Formats: sequence, C-alpha cells, structure tokens
Amino acid sequence: MALVELRNISKVYRLGEEEIRALDDVTLDIEKGEFLSIIGPSGSGKSTLMHILGCLDTPTRGTIQLDGLMIQDASPRELARIRNEKIGFVFQFFNLLPKLNVVQNVELPMIYGGWKARERRERAMEALRRVQLENRSRHRPSQLSGGQQQRVAIARALVNDPRILFADEPTGNLDSHTGEIILGMFRDLHAEGRTIILVTHDAEIAAISPRRIEIRDGKVASGGGT
Amino acid sequence: MNVWNTIGTGFKEIWAHKFRSLLTMLGIILGVSSLVAMSALVKGMEHGLKEALVAMGGLEKIRIEQQSELPLYQRHLADQAAGVTMGDVHALRCSAPLVEQVTPSVDLFGWGGGTVLTYRGESARPFMFSGTWPDALRIHEHVVAHGRMFNEVDDAQARNVCVIGTGIRDELFGLPEETGRTIVPVGESILINGQPFTIIGMFEHYESEQERERRLSGTNPPPRSAANPTGPTRNRGHSHSGGNFVFRLKNNTVLIPLNTMLIKFRSAVGVSATPDARLTTINMKIVDIERLEQALQQVRNVLMVTHKGIEDFAFRTQEDWAEQITTVIRNSRISGTMIAAISLLVGGIGIMNIMLASISERVREIGIRKAVGATTGGIFLQILVESVVIAMVGGAVGVGASFLLVKVIASFTPTDNAPMVTWLSLTLAFVCSASVGVIAGLFPAFKASRLDPIQALRYE
Repeated sequence: MALVELRNISKVYRLGEEEIRALDDVTLDIEKGEFLSIIGPSGSGKSTLMHILGCLDTPTRGTIQLDGLMIQDASPRELARIRNEKIGFVFQFFNLLPKLNVVQNVELPMIYGGWKARERRERAMEALRRVQLENRSRHRPSQLSGGQQQRVAIARALVNDPRILFADEPTGNLDSHTGEIILGMFRDLHAEGRTIILVTHDAEIAAISPRRIEIRDGKVASGGGT
Repeated sequence: MNVWNTIGTGFKEIWAHKFRSLLTMLGIILGVSSLVAMSALVKGMEHGLKEALVAMGGLEKIRIEQQSELPLYQRHLADQAAGVTMGDVHALRCSAPLVEQVTPSVDLFGWGGGTVLTYRGESARPFMFSGTWPDALRIHEHVVAHGRMFNEVDDAQARNVCVIGTGIRDELFGLPEETGRTIVPVGESILINGQPFTIIGMFEHYESEQERERRLSGTNPPPRSAANPTGPTRNRGHSHSGGNFVFRLKNNTVLIPLNTMLIKFRSAVGVSATPDARLTTINMKIVDIERLEQALQQVRNVLMVTHKGIEDFAFRTQEDWAEQITTVIRNSRISGTMIAAISLLVGGIGIMNIMLASISERVREIGIRKAVGATTGGIFLQILVESVVIAMVGGAVGVGASFLLVKVIASFTPTDNAPMVTWLSLTLAFVCSASVGVIAGLFPAFKASRLDPIQALRYE
C-alpha cells in the first residue's frame, strides 16, 4: 500500500451558475520516501491538489487514503489532527508568526499536539540545529533574512516528525542563491528518507526531484503512473 | 493546546497592543467601578436609614395617638370620646399579651409657642418634651450616660426632676467644642416654662456611625462660631450637631415623670380647673414583629372596650418608614444597576469591536495556526480567552479603581451615609466583567474559528 492513494479525486467549485472543476478525476499514488514535484501553471489546479493532499481541503468526489487513514470524509477536527501529526508545510511567504520568536514558532505545532513544555523546547531546539539556526532561537522572524526565515519554517514543518513534507513554492520569495540552499536542504531531507512534495510552477526547480507530475486543467498531464 | 497556553497567548496578545488594550479595558474598568461604587452608595444609604430606624425604636415600636377626628358614622359621639387615658394603659397591660411594654406619655411639643427651658439667660426649645414612665428609656432606645433616669418614686411624688439630651445641654451650657470640656450639668437647676427642675441625668450623645467616625478622626466641620457672625444674629435652628434629623431629635429630648407633667403643666393649661388627665401617646413594644397584625388587632379590641366603641385613637407604626426605606433602596439600587449595566455593556461592545479588529488583522496568523493543527475549537477558545482576559484584567483594575471612586464620591456626597463597599458587590462586579468578556468574545471567536485555512493563508 502506498503512503498516499488518490482515487478519482474531483474538486468542483460553484461560482453562481458556473461549475469550475479545479480537479477532475485525479488518480495518484505516492510512495513512502518519494521526492515528488507537482508542476503546472497558475490556475491549473496544483494548489487545490496540494490542499487536498495536505488535508486543508476535502475533495468533492473520490477517495483519498493517507498513511492508512481514509480522509475524504474526515471531520474538520480530525483533519486538524492529521495536519498536526502527519503533515508539515513550508510556504512561499514563510508564514511565521511575527509576534513569536524563532523557537516559539517552531514549538507551535507541538502546542496544538499537546506536548509538555520541556519536551517542546528540546525538540524545537533539535529541529533548529537541524537547519543550523539554534543560535538564532531568541530572534524575532523580522530580524532574520528570507533564507533564515524559510529554514525556521522548515524546522517548524519537521518538528512533529511528519509523514509528508509539503513545500509550496518554497524558493518563490528568495534569491536564486538562497533558493539553492533551501532546495539543497530538501534534497538532504529526501536522502534521509522523508517523503517530500514540492509544488511549483517552475520546471527548473522541479528538476531536482526524481518524479514530476504535471497538472493541467485539473488533470494529471504527465507523471501520473508510477 | 491546553488552557494555560491559551491564557498565556491571551496575555501576550494584550501586551503586544498595550495602548489599545488599555483603552479597551477602560470601558470595563469604568463599568466595574461604577457598579461597585453605586452599590456602595446604596449600601451606605441603607445602613444609615436603618440605623435611624433602629434609633427610633425599630419596627417593634408602635404608638397609640389620640384621634380628634372620629370616623364619619361616629361623628355624633365626638363629645363622648374619652381620649387615651391611663385606663387604657392598665387595660392593655392586663389584656394584650402580644404587647410586651406599654408606656404612657404626655408630650408637650408645639404647644402654644412650645416649651422653653432656661438657665442663666440661655434658653432652649426641646424637640420633644414628655412626661412618661421610667421605662420609656427602653422604648425610645435611650441610654443614660450621666446621673440617673427618674424612677417610680420620683414619679409617685411628682418631683421636679428631668433627664435631658446632649442637644439641650449644648444650648443651655455650651458645646463641648466651645467650652473646651464636656459639661455634665447633672444637679443643675433649670426652669422649664418657669418652673424649677433639677437635672438628674443626661443621655449619651446620639449620632450616626458616620458622625462618630468623623468626630473621632477630628474631621468634623467646626461648629459655626459665634465670635464672628455674618450679618444680623439669627437662629439657625437646631443644627449645631448637623447630621441626621433622627439623632438630632433624640439629642433634643427632655423627659420628666408623668405625674409631674400632669400636675405641673396640665393643671395649669386650659380654661377648666380640672386637670386634663388625657395622654397624648401610648408607646408600646410588641413581642414579635411577625405578629404585628395580630398585636394591633388585640390592642384595638381592648381599646374598643375601654373607649365604649368610640374609635378616637389611631395607631402609628414604623412600617411605613421601613417600607419607605425599602422602596428608596430598591429604586436607588435599580437605577444604579442600570447605569453600571449600561457602562458594562458599552465596555463589552468596545471589547467586541477590538476583538473583531484584531482577528481581521490576524487572519493570516489564524490560517497558519490552522495549518499546523489548530482545530476550530482551539481558535474559538483562543479568541474567547483573549476577550475574557481583557475583561477580567479590566475587572480587576476596576475593582481597585472602585475604592478610589468611592473615596471621591464620599468626599462630596450630600448624605451623611458613608458608602460601604461589600464583598458581594466586588465579587458580583468581577463576575459581571468576566461574563461581559465571554459574551463580547463569542461572536469574534466564532468568526475567527470559521475562517477557511486556505483563504486565510492566501490573505495578504
């Protein structure tokens, strides 16, 4: 059994009379330990696919199995728990909370996971060591460079030891050199055996991943078969 | 996310916007302190009014007064009416078990120019000049501080002795503040309407708790000095001691034995040579306030026999007074609560407003929190707790501020009743502020928790 199994997933938005098929009958398997990139122009449905894979959204039709759980009918509460325990997100705009310092940002998922304060602090510092930012743990996000902020975001995504790591245009807001460092980090994480899904519109960036899926008009255009 | 984390986050959020939070809290602070201050004022008023009621003998005291106006159907019997007499007193003592004390009294006030007391060129007019029995002491809640009350022997022999209140002493012998010492005029001889009387006792000085506190702390306003009068000399009335009318009335009392009153003053007035033996009042204390109705009925039955069915008497209870107190207190309490409730409401609206502003500022934060695993309930709780924390901090500050407010109000309050802050009102105000926080936070929290994480993350 694959880590993620999508079967005939459709997502339909209604805009007045009009029906918009953001995803149309997508079937996809993702194996454990895979490094996968989802590419496609904006409006292709790749973000919708990522949201459904990342349990931020539920499909209109079809089934989705993640790590042995069927999640197409899960309640918002269950989805929140799955996001907390099994999924890590890295966003284009870093999305760190500006009022919290670096280590508090990294601790955030564990707060919702109900960890004890001491364990939280230990694990957060460990995750920060992993991205070589342990000496910046007391800084505010605004005091860090873009690359450093993205590394904090990666540390936050890793801190709950998720089954899948999502990266949504992780280099979109960085200069090419810093982008290289971040992408190198994902490569290293993949080498450690993590499952990584990289969402991008840039074929060049997608080139670092062994498997590429192209989404066009809500359908898998290429790379769907395993 | 456990509760402590949530509360911690709430405090952080408030601290991050200190000025904004302070302004928001101000509404609650004002609401809470006005609630506490209002209830303190009303409580003080209630206390003062009840104190006065107790000083006048409480609810147990009832009076029988002669009624010159008969009921319509008995008008033709007016010349048969005997009035209230000693016969009634004896009858009541024997036949009205619900009445525990019956004391006759002949009061001479407002009587043809009133009673005048003189001593070496100083004169005084008492508020109350009664000839009565020694046990009047108990019924009027009098306490003899110096000398003694007249007794049965004084009464039987109709001696010219009197017991006075401190107000009379002040008028005849001088205020303690003016003479520099407390004069105890026991043994002195004064004239009452031209007849010599010996002062054998003086009551203690009656005053409200408020006055006593002021006097002891030395902040009582100094008595109007006669040394530098402004304008023509004038009698300012019996206001030397200021304060509550009830206490002034009690301080300006002169009591003499009943028989002395009847012989020395009654036989001298009127055109008839026969002394007028009628009493003006019978004061009674009833056994049980719960059985007031029955006691009154009993007294009425007895008196209807002694008065041969002629209803030339009326009852005076202090119920009306007590009821008036209750009404006044209730009305003040209602209006005070209304004002406080409105200011709390305004405070609550302020909180709701600021929470709504805060969540629209933090849409992205809420999206991030949801993406990393916050549930709908978690977000709801977070916003609600923030709102409650603002309200409760405001409530706590408000409770502190209320003491200040009460002090300020007390400094220019027109009444003599010191406001009393009660624990109940403090607790109530605090609970109110907390519930305002909950109510004000509900809608913003609901709105925040319903945010779609995808939309929220995209929000710029």
